[in-house]
Amino acid sequence: MVTKSLLKRENELANANKQLEILNGGIFSNGELPIFKDKIAEIGKFPLKPKKLEILQINVGYMCNQVCEHCHVDAGPDRKEIMTQETMEQCLEVIRNTGAHTLDLTGGAPEMNPNFRWFVEEASRAGIKDFIVRSNLTIIRANPKYHDLPDFFKIHNIHVVSSMPHWTRGKTDKQRGEGVFDQSIKALQELNDRGYGISGSNLRLDLVYNPSGAFLPGDQVAMEKEFKKALLEDFNIQFHNLFAITNLPISRFLDYLIASENYEDYMYSLVEAYNPMAVENVMCTNTISVSWDGYLYDCDFNQMLGLGVASKIKHINDYNEAILSDRNIVISQHCYGCTAGAGSSCQGSVA
Amino acid sequence: MSTYYDPADLRKFGKISEWNEELGSKFFDYYGSVFKDGALSAREKSLIALAVSHVVKCPYCIDAYTKDGLQKGISKEEMMEAVHAGAAIESGATLVHGVQMMNKYDKLSM
Repeated sequence: MVTKSLLKRENELANANKQLEILNGGIFSNGELPIFKDKIAEIGKFPLKPKKLEILQINVGYMCNQVCEHCHVDAGPDRKEIMTQETMEQCLEVIRNTGAHTLDLTGGAPEMNPNFRWFVEEASRAGIKDFIVRSNLTIIRANPKYHDLPDFFKIHNIHVVSSMPHWTRGKTDKQRGEGVFDQSIKALQELNDRGYGISGSNLRLDLVYNPSGAFLPGDQVAMEKEFKKALLEDFNIQFHNLFAITNLPISRFLDYLIASENYEDYMYSLVEAYNPMAVENVMCTNTISVSWDGYLYDCDFNQMLGLGVASKIKHINDYNEAILSDRNIVISQHCYGCTAGAGSSCQGSVA
Repeated sequence: MSTYYDPADLRKFGKISEWNEELGSKFFDYYGSVFKDGALSAREKSLIALAVSHVVKCPYCIDAYTKDGLQKGISKEEMMEAVHAGAAIESGATLVHGVQMMNKYDKLSM
Protein backbone atom coordinates (compact mmCIF):
# COMPACT_ATOMS: atom_id res chain seq x y z
CA MET A 1 0.00 0.00 0.00
CA VAL A 2 1.53 3.28 -1.08
CA THR A 3 1.82 6.19 1.33
CA LYS A 4 3.31 8.82 -0.99
CA SER A 5 2.37 10.16 -4.39
CA LEU A 6 4.40 9.24 -7.46
CA LEU A 7 5.56 12.84 -7.50
CA LYS A 8 6.93 12.63 -3.98
CA ARG A 9 8.63 9.33 -4.75
CA GLU A 10 10.21 10.92 -7.83
CA ASN A 11 8.75 8.11 -9.89
CA GLU A 12 9.15 8.83 -13.61
CA LEU A 13 5.42 8.22 -14.13
CA ALA A 14 4.69 11.44 -12.24
CA ASN A 15 5.65 13.01 -15.56
CA ALA A 16 2.66 13.12 -17.93
CA ASN A 17 4.91 12.93 -21.00
CA LYS A 18 6.40 9.67 -19.78
CA GLN A 19 2.91 8.24 -19.39
CA LEU A 20 1.95 9.34 -22.90
CA GLU A 21 5.15 7.79 -24.22
CA ILE A 22 4.10 4.47 -22.73
CA LEU A 23 0.51 4.76 -23.94
CA ASN A 24 1.67 5.55 -27.47
CA GLY A 25 4.48 3.03 -27.59
CA GLY A 26 4.95 -0.69 -27.17
CA ILE A 27 1.98 -2.77 -28.37
CA PHE A 28 0.37 0.32 -29.86
CA SER A 29 3.33 1.48 -31.91
CA ASN A 30 4.32 -1.96 -33.18
CA GLY A 31 0.88 -2.66 -34.64
CA GLU A 32 -0.19 -5.36 -32.20
CA LEU A 33 -3.09 -3.23 -31.03
CA PRO A 34 -4.85 -0.50 -33.00
CA ILE A 35 -4.51 3.07 -31.74
CA PHE A 36 -7.72 4.63 -30.44
CA LYS A 37 -7.84 7.18 -33.24
CA ASP A 38 -8.01 4.43 -35.89
CA LYS A 39 -10.64 2.50 -33.94
CA ILE A 40 -13.08 5.40 -33.77
CA ALA A 41 -12.27 6.43 -37.34
CA GLU A 42 -13.70 3.02 -38.37
CA ILE A 43 -17.13 4.18 -37.19
CA GLY A 44 -16.73 7.68 -38.52
CA LYS A 45 -16.21 9.19 -35.08
CA PHE A 46 -12.83 10.78 -35.68
CA PRO A 47 -12.42 13.58 -34.89
CA LEU A 48 -14.51 13.21 -31.75
CA LYS A 49 -16.58 16.34 -31.22
CA PRO A 50 -18.45 17.52 -28.16
CA LYS A 51 -22.25 17.50 -27.98
CA LYS A 52 -24.16 19.95 -25.82
CA LEU A 53 -22.25 20.81 -22.62
CA GLU A 54 -23.97 19.29 -19.60
CA ILE A 55 -21.32 18.97 -16.92
CA LEU A 56 -18.72 21.36 -15.56
CA GLN A 57 -16.25 19.29 -13.58
CA ILE A 58 -13.92 21.33 -11.40
CA ASN A 59 -10.86 19.79 -9.78
CA VAL A 60 -10.20 22.00 -6.77
CA GLY A 61 -6.85 20.44 -5.90
CA TYR A 62 -4.75 17.32 -5.71
CA MET A 63 -4.41 17.31 -1.94
CA CYS A 64 -6.09 14.29 -0.36
CA ASN A 65 -6.13 12.51 2.99
CA GLN A 66 -5.88 9.15 1.22
CA VAL A 67 -3.31 7.66 -1.16
CA CYS A 68 -5.45 5.17 -3.11
CA GLU A 69 -3.59 2.59 -5.12
CA HIS A 70 -5.53 3.20 -8.34
CA CYS A 71 -5.66 7.00 -8.27
CA HIS A 72 -5.30 8.57 -11.71
CA VAL A 73 -4.79 11.97 -10.10
CA ASP A 74 -1.77 10.86 -8.05
CA ALA A 75 -3.46 12.66 -5.17
CA GLY A 76 -2.25 12.51 -1.58
CA PRO A 77 -1.37 14.47 1.55
CA ASP A 78 1.93 15.49 -0.04
CA ARG A 79 0.35 17.28 -3.03
CA LYS A 80 0.30 21.05 -2.73
CA GLU A 81 -1.77 21.99 -5.79
CA ILE A 82 -4.82 23.81 -4.48
CA MET A 83 -7.25 26.00 -6.41
CA THR A 84 -7.00 29.60 -5.21
CA GLN A 85 -9.97 31.76 -4.36
CA GLU A 86 -9.14 33.91 -7.39
CA THR A 87 -9.48 30.93 -9.72
CA MET A 88 -12.65 29.93 -7.88
CA GLU A 89 -14.06 33.40 -8.58
CA GLN A 90 -13.34 32.86 -12.27
CA CYS A 91 -15.10 29.49 -12.05
CA LEU A 92 -18.11 31.06 -10.34
CA GLU A 93 -18.43 33.56 -13.15
CA VAL A 94 -18.61 30.66 -15.61
CA ILE A 95 -20.99 28.66 -13.39
CA ARG A 96 -23.43 31.56 -13.23
CA ASN A 97 -23.61 31.81 -17.02
CA THR A 98 -23.13 28.27 -18.24
CA GLY A 99 -25.63 26.13 -20.10
CA ALA A 100 -24.42 23.11 -18.12
CA HIS A 101 -26.92 21.67 -15.63
CA THR A 102 -24.40 19.79 -13.49
CA LEU A 103 -21.52 21.07 -11.40
CA ASP A 104 -19.15 18.34 -10.31
CA LEU A 105 -16.48 19.13 -7.70
CA THR A 106 -13.62 16.71 -7.49
CA GLY A 107 -9.96 16.46 -6.45
CA GLY A 108 -7.98 15.00 -4.42
CA ALA A 109 -10.39 15.54 -1.61
CA PRO A 110 -12.32 18.69 -2.57
CA GLU A 111 -13.28 19.29 1.07
CA MET A 112 -9.61 19.85 1.89
CA ASN A 113 -9.45 22.99 -0.22
CA PRO A 114 -9.45 25.80 2.37
CA ASN A 115 -12.10 27.70 0.39
CA PHE A 116 -14.26 24.67 -0.28
CA ARG A 117 -17.22 25.74 1.86
CA TRP A 118 -17.20 29.29 0.57
CA PHE A 119 -17.11 27.97 -3.00
CA VAL A 120 -20.03 25.63 -2.38
CA GLU A 121 -22.07 28.42 -0.79
CA GLU A 122 -21.42 30.77 -3.70
CA ALA A 123 -21.91 28.13 -6.39
CA SER A 124 -25.18 26.85 -4.93
CA ARG A 125 -26.65 30.31 -5.42
CA ALA A 126 -26.09 29.98 -9.17
CA GLY A 127 -29.10 27.73 -9.68
CA ILE A 128 -27.24 24.64 -10.87
CA LYS A 129 -29.63 21.70 -11.10
CA ASP A 130 -27.29 18.95 -9.94
CA PHE A 131 -24.44 19.90 -7.60
CA ILE A 132 -22.10 16.94 -7.17
CA VAL A 133 -19.29 16.69 -4.65
CA ARG A 134 -17.05 13.66 -4.95
CA SER A 135 -16.33 12.84 -1.35
CA ASN A 136 -14.03 10.02 -0.32
CA LEU A 137 -16.11 9.56 2.87
CA THR A 138 -13.18 9.15 5.22
CA ILE A 139 -12.58 12.91 5.10
CA ILE A 140 -15.78 13.28 7.13
CA ARG A 141 -14.21 11.31 9.96
CA ALA A 142 -10.61 12.44 9.39
CA ASN A 143 -10.60 15.53 11.55
CA PRO A 144 -13.16 17.24 13.83
CA LYS A 145 -13.32 20.22 11.48
CA TYR A 146 -14.91 17.95 8.84
CA HIS A 147 -17.34 16.12 11.13
CA ASP A 148 -20.25 18.42 10.20
CA LEU A 149 -19.83 17.90 6.45
CA PRO A 150 -22.99 15.76 6.23
CA ASP A 151 -24.99 18.70 7.63
CA PHE A 152 -23.21 21.15 5.35
CA PHE A 153 -23.93 18.94 2.34
CA LYS A 154 -27.59 18.69 3.36
CA ILE A 155 -28.04 22.45 3.72
CA HIS A 156 -26.86 22.95 0.14
CA ASN A 157 -28.62 19.89 -1.24
CA ILE A 158 -25.32 18.49 -2.45
CA HIS A 159 -25.39 15.30 -4.49
CA VAL A 160 -22.74 13.17 -2.77
CA VAL A 161 -20.82 10.66 -4.89
CA SER A 162 -18.36 8.42 -3.04
CA SER A 163 -16.10 5.51 -3.80
CA MET A 164 -16.46 2.03 -2.40
CA PRO A 165 -14.36 -0.65 -4.15
CA HIS A 166 -16.19 -3.49 -2.46
CA TRP A 167 -18.67 -4.30 0.28
CA THR A 168 -15.88 -6.01 2.21
CA ARG A 169 -13.06 -4.59 4.28
CA GLY A 170 -10.27 -6.60 2.59
CA LYS A 171 -10.67 -5.28 -0.95
CA THR A 172 -11.56 -1.77 0.14
CA ASP A 173 -8.56 -1.31 2.40
CA LYS A 174 -6.19 -2.87 -0.15
CA GLN A 175 -7.18 -0.26 -2.69
CA ARG A 176 -7.80 2.76 -0.47
CA GLY A 177 -5.78 2.27 2.69
CA GLU A 178 -5.98 0.60 6.07
CA GLY A 179 -9.00 1.58 8.06
CA VAL A 180 -10.74 3.19 5.08
CA PHE A 181 -13.57 0.66 5.03
CA ASP A 182 -14.57 1.20 8.67
CA GLN A 183 -14.36 4.99 8.37
CA SER A 184 -16.36 4.87 5.14
CA ILE A 185 -19.10 2.81 6.80
CA LYS A 186 -19.31 5.30 9.69
CA ALA A 187 -19.48 8.20 7.24
CA LEU A 188 -22.19 6.49 5.19
CA GLN A 189 -24.23 5.87 8.35
CA GLU A 190 -23.94 9.55 9.23
CA LEU A 191 -25.05 10.55 5.76
CA ASN A 192 -28.00 8.16 6.03
CA ASP A 193 -28.88 9.78 9.38
CA ARG A 194 -29.24 13.13 7.57
CA GLY A 195 -31.50 11.52 4.98
CA TYR A 196 -28.89 10.89 2.31
CA GLY A 197 -29.34 7.82 0.16
CA ILE A 198 -32.65 6.84 1.72
CA SER A 199 -35.20 5.52 -0.75
CA GLY A 200 -37.39 8.42 -1.90
CA SER A 201 -35.10 11.06 -0.40
CA ASN A 202 -34.01 14.04 -2.50
CA LEU A 203 -30.62 13.97 -0.83
CA ARG A 204 -28.77 11.96 -3.41
CA LEU A 205 -26.03 9.57 -2.36
CA ASP A 206 -24.42 7.45 -5.04
CA LEU A 207 -21.47 5.09 -4.75
CA VAL A 208 -18.66 4.54 -7.24
CA TYR A 209 -17.23 1.10 -7.83
CA ASN A 210 -13.68 0.89 -9.24
CA PRO A 211 -12.27 -2.63 -9.65
CA SER A 212 -9.53 -3.26 -7.13
CA GLY A 213 -7.12 -4.76 -9.63
CA ALA A 214 -6.31 -5.27 -13.29
CA PHE A 215 -9.77 -6.26 -14.45
CA LEU A 216 -12.81 -4.56 -15.88
CA PRO A 217 -15.93 -3.82 -13.86
CA GLY A 218 -18.73 -6.34 -14.19
CA ASP A 219 -22.33 -5.47 -14.96
CA GLN A 220 -23.29 -2.23 -13.17
CA VAL A 221 -26.83 -3.34 -12.38
CA ALA A 222 -25.66 -6.65 -10.93
CA MET A 223 -22.94 -4.93 -8.86
CA GLU A 224 -25.47 -2.43 -7.53
CA LYS A 225 -27.70 -5.27 -6.33
CA GLU A 226 -24.77 -6.94 -4.54
CA PHE A 227 -23.64 -3.71 -2.90
CA LYS A 228 -27.15 -2.80 -1.77
CA LYS A 229 -27.81 -6.23 -0.29
CA ALA A 230 -24.50 -6.41 1.55
CA LEU A 231 -24.45 -2.84 2.89
CA LEU A 232 -28.05 -3.07 4.06
CA GLU A 233 -27.73 -6.49 5.69
CA ASP A 234 -24.36 -5.89 7.31
CA PHE A 235 -24.56 -2.20 8.22
CA ASN A 236 -28.11 -1.02 7.59
CA ILE A 237 -26.75 1.41 4.99
CA GLN A 238 -28.74 2.63 1.99
CA PHE A 239 -27.68 4.51 -1.12
CA HIS A 240 -29.31 5.41 -4.40
CA ASN A 241 -27.21 4.20 -7.32
CA LEU A 242 -23.89 2.55 -8.04
CA PHE A 243 -21.63 3.80 -10.82
CA ALA A 244 -19.19 1.22 -12.14
CA ILE A 245 -16.09 3.04 -13.36
CA THR A 246 -13.23 1.42 -15.27
CA ASN A 247 -9.71 2.13 -14.10
CA LEU A 248 -7.76 4.00 -16.75
CA PRO A 249 -4.06 3.35 -17.35
CA ILE A 250 -2.92 6.68 -15.95
CA SER A 251 -0.68 7.73 -13.10
CA ARG A 252 -0.79 5.37 -10.09
CA PHE A 253 -2.96 2.79 -11.82
CA LEU A 254 -0.54 2.76 -14.75
CA ASP A 255 2.31 2.36 -12.29
CA TYR A 256 0.46 -0.55 -10.66
CA LEU A 257 -0.21 -2.19 -14.04
CA ILE A 258 3.44 -1.98 -15.05
CA ALA A 259 4.82 -3.05 -11.66
CA SER A 260 2.46 -6.06 -11.52
CA GLU A 261 3.27 -6.96 -15.17
CA ASN A 262 -0.40 -6.56 -16.07
CA TYR A 263 -0.09 -3.56 -18.40
CA GLU A 264 -0.18 -5.35 -21.74
CA ASP A 265 -2.88 -7.84 -20.75
CA TYR A 266 -4.97 -4.99 -19.35
CA MET A 267 -4.67 -2.94 -22.53
CA TYR A 268 -5.61 -6.05 -24.52
CA SER A 269 -8.67 -6.44 -22.25
CA LEU A 270 -9.67 -2.82 -22.86
CA VAL A 271 -9.22 -3.04 -26.62
CA GLU A 272 -11.00 -6.41 -26.84
CA ALA A 273 -13.90 -4.99 -24.85
CA TYR A 274 -14.11 -1.94 -27.14
CA ASN A 275 -17.75 -1.11 -27.64
CA PRO A 276 -18.47 1.26 -30.54
CA MET A 277 -21.88 2.05 -28.96
CA ALA A 278 -20.06 3.52 -25.96
CA VAL A 279 -18.17 6.05 -28.09
CA GLU A 280 -21.33 8.06 -28.67
CA ASN A 281 -21.74 8.85 -24.97
CA VAL A 282 -18.23 9.17 -23.59
CA MET A 283 -18.16 11.93 -21.02
CA CYS A 284 -15.75 14.17 -22.90
CA THR A 285 -18.63 14.81 -25.29
CA ASN A 286 -20.70 16.57 -22.61
CA THR A 287 -18.15 17.63 -19.98
CA ILE A 288 -15.49 20.25 -19.51
CA SER A 289 -12.86 19.66 -16.86
CA VAL A 290 -11.17 22.54 -15.05
CA SER A 291 -7.86 22.03 -13.24
CA TRP A 292 -6.85 23.57 -9.90
CA ASP A 293 -4.99 26.30 -11.81
CA GLY A 294 -7.89 27.06 -14.14
CA TYR A 295 -6.84 25.27 -17.32
CA LEU A 296 -9.43 23.50 -19.42
CA TYR A 297 -9.52 19.86 -20.46
CA ASP A 298 -11.89 17.46 -22.21
CA CYS A 299 -11.97 15.28 -19.08
CA ASP A 300 -10.22 14.66 -15.74
CA PHE A 301 -8.05 11.96 -17.37
CA ASN A 302 -6.79 14.31 -20.07
CA GLN A 303 -6.12 16.79 -17.28
CA MET A 304 -3.77 14.34 -15.56
CA LEU A 305 -2.03 13.60 -18.84
CA GLY A 306 -1.52 17.31 -19.46
CA LEU A 307 -3.63 17.17 -22.64
CA GLY A 308 -5.31 20.58 -22.70
CA VAL A 309 -8.33 21.35 -24.88
CA ALA A 310 -7.60 21.77 -28.59
CA SER A 311 -9.01 25.27 -28.63
CA LYS A 312 -7.72 28.81 -28.48
CA ILE A 313 -9.67 29.01 -25.21
CA LYS A 314 -7.23 27.35 -22.83
CA HIS A 315 -8.04 28.88 -19.46
CA ILE A 316 -11.19 29.57 -17.45
CA ASN A 317 -10.34 33.26 -17.58
CA ASP A 318 -11.03 33.31 -21.32
CA TYR A 319 -13.94 30.89 -21.10
CA ASN A 320 -16.28 30.98 -24.06
CA GLU A 321 -18.74 28.13 -24.23
CA ALA A 322 -19.64 28.66 -27.88
CA ILE A 323 -16.04 28.61 -29.09
CA LEU A 324 -15.22 25.61 -26.90
CA SER A 325 -18.18 23.67 -28.27
CA ASP A 326 -16.53 23.61 -31.67
CA ARG A 327 -13.34 21.75 -30.82
CA ASN A 328 -11.84 18.34 -31.54
CA ILE A 329 -11.62 16.22 -28.38
CA VAL A 330 -8.04 15.18 -27.61
CA ILE A 331 -7.66 11.41 -27.50
CA SER A 332 -5.06 8.76 -26.77
CA GLN A 333 -4.96 5.09 -25.88
CA HIS A 334 -6.25 5.65 -22.33
CA CYS A 335 -9.58 6.42 -24.00
CA TYR A 336 -10.09 2.68 -24.48
CA GLY A 337 -10.94 2.65 -20.76
CA CYS A 338 -14.06 4.71 -21.36
CA THR A 339 -15.24 2.67 -24.35
CA ALA A 340 -14.73 -0.79 -22.86
CA GLY A 341 -17.71 -3.04 -22.23
CA ALA A 342 -20.69 -1.01 -21.17
CA GLY A 343 -18.52 2.08 -21.37
CA SER A 344 -17.41 4.18 -18.45
CA SER A 345 -17.79 7.76 -17.26
CA CYS A 346 -17.95 9.70 -14.04
CA GLN A 347 -21.62 8.73 -13.96
CA GLY A 348 -20.95 5.04 -14.57
CA SER A 349 -21.81 2.90 -17.60
CA VAL A 350 -22.70 4.79 -20.75
CA ALA A 351 -23.84 2.24 -23.33
CA MET B 1 11.03 -20.06 -23.36
CA SER B 2 8.76 -22.45 -25.28
CA THR B 3 5.98 -24.23 -23.40
CA TYR B 4 2.83 -26.10 -24.31
CA TYR B 5 0.58 -23.45 -22.76
CA ASP B 6 0.96 -19.79 -23.67
CA PRO B 7 -1.42 -17.46 -21.76
CA ALA B 8 -1.51 -15.26 -24.85
CA ASP B 9 -3.26 -18.08 -26.74
CA LEU B 10 -6.43 -17.69 -24.70
CA ARG B 11 -7.32 -14.46 -26.44
CA LYS B 12 -6.84 -16.20 -29.79
CA PHE B 13 -9.49 -18.83 -29.01
CA GLY B 14 -11.77 -17.42 -31.73
CA LYS B 15 -9.24 -18.42 -34.36
CA ILE B 16 -10.46 -22.03 -34.29
CA SER B 17 -13.38 -20.82 -36.43
CA GLU B 18 -10.91 -20.04 -39.21
CA TRP B 19 -10.51 -23.76 -39.91
CA ASN B 20 -14.21 -24.58 -39.53
CA GLU B 21 -16.52 -21.57 -39.56
CA GLU B 22 -19.78 -23.47 -39.07
CA LEU B 23 -18.79 -25.57 -36.08
CA GLY B 24 -16.75 -22.73 -34.57
CA SER B 25 -19.67 -20.30 -34.59
CA LYS B 26 -22.08 -22.93 -33.30
CA PHE B 27 -19.72 -23.54 -30.39
CA PHE B 28 -19.21 -19.88 -29.48
CA ASP B 29 -22.92 -19.15 -29.81
CA TYR B 30 -23.75 -22.05 -27.54
CA TYR B 31 -21.03 -21.04 -25.10
CA GLY B 32 -22.35 -17.48 -24.89
CA SER B 33 -25.90 -18.73 -24.28
CA VAL B 34 -24.83 -21.14 -21.57
CA PHE B 35 -23.35 -18.40 -19.41
CA LYS B 36 -26.19 -15.90 -19.64
CA ASP B 37 -28.49 -15.28 -16.68
CA GLY B 38 -31.14 -18.00 -16.57
CA ALA B 39 -32.58 -20.14 -13.83
CA LEU B 40 -29.06 -19.87 -12.49
CA SER B 41 -27.47 -16.43 -12.34
CA ALA B 42 -24.41 -15.58 -14.42
CA ARG B 43 -22.59 -15.36 -11.09
CA GLU B 44 -23.52 -18.91 -10.06
CA LYS B 45 -22.51 -20.20 -13.48
CA SER B 46 -19.18 -18.42 -13.26
CA LEU B 47 -18.41 -20.27 -10.02
CA ILE B 48 -19.50 -23.59 -11.52
CA ALA B 49 -17.25 -22.93 -14.52
CA LEU B 50 -14.38 -22.11 -12.17
CA ALA B 51 -14.78 -25.36 -10.27
CA VAL B 52 -15.07 -27.44 -13.43
CA SER B 53 -12.02 -25.72 -14.95
CA HIS B 54 -9.95 -27.10 -12.10
CA VAL B 55 -11.38 -30.60 -12.40
CA VAL B 56 -10.65 -30.75 -16.14
CA LYS B 57 -7.39 -28.89 -15.48
CA CYS B 58 -7.69 -26.31 -18.20
CA PRO B 59 -5.25 -23.49 -17.44
CA TYR B 60 -6.99 -21.15 -19.89
CA CYS B 61 -10.35 -21.70 -18.21
CA ILE B 62 -8.88 -21.21 -14.76
CA ASP B 63 -7.41 -17.85 -15.81
CA ALA B 64 -10.57 -16.78 -17.61
CA TYR B 65 -12.94 -17.64 -14.76
CA THR B 66 -10.72 -16.20 -12.06
CA LYS B 67 -10.80 -12.94 -13.97
CA ASP B 68 -14.52 -13.29 -14.61
CA GLY B 69 -15.10 -13.90 -10.91
CA LEU B 70 -13.11 -10.80 -9.98
CA GLN B 71 -15.18 -8.78 -12.42
CA LYS B 72 -18.32 -10.06 -10.78
CA GLY B 73 -17.07 -9.16 -7.31
CA ILE B 74 -16.69 -12.79 -6.24
CA SER B 75 -14.36 -13.09 -3.25
CA LYS B 76 -11.28 -15.29 -3.03
CA GLU B 77 -12.94 -17.26 -0.23
CA GLU B 78 -15.87 -18.07 -2.51
CA MET B 79 -13.54 -19.06 -5.33
CA MET B 80 -11.49 -21.37 -3.13
CA GLU B 81 -14.64 -23.06 -1.84
CA ALA B 82 -15.69 -23.63 -5.45
CA VAL B 83 -12.31 -25.25 -6.18
CA HIS B 84 -12.80 -27.50 -3.15
CA ALA B 85 -16.26 -28.45 -4.38
CA GLY B 86 -14.61 -29.56 -7.63
CA ALA B 87 -11.87 -31.38 -5.77
CA ALA B 88 -14.35 -33.12 -3.49
CA ILE B 89 -16.32 -34.46 -6.47
CA GLU B 90 -13.18 -35.52 -8.30
CA SER B 91 -11.71 -37.32 -5.30
CA GLY B 92 -15.13 -38.65 -4.37
CA ALA B 93 -15.49 -40.09 -7.84
CA THR B 94 -12.20 -41.88 -7.32
CA LEU B 95 -13.02 -43.14 -3.88
CA VAL B 96 -16.52 -44.37 -4.62
CA HIS B 97 -15.00 -46.82 -7.06
CA GLY B 98 -13.33 -48.25 -3.99
CA VAL B 99 -16.70 -49.88 -3.26
CA GLN B 100 -16.30 -51.78 -6.52
CA MET B 101 -12.78 -52.75 -5.43
CA MET B 102 -14.13 -53.98 -2.10
CA ASN B 103 -16.87 -55.95 -3.84
CA LYS B 104 -14.39 -57.59 -6.22
CA TYR B 105 -11.98 -58.34 -3.42
CA ASP B 106 -14.71 -60.03 -1.41
CA LYS B 107 -15.90 -61.99 -4.48
CA LEU B 108 -12.49 -63.39 -5.26
CA SER B 109 -11.55 -64.13 -1.69
CA MET B 110 -12.55 -67.21 0.28
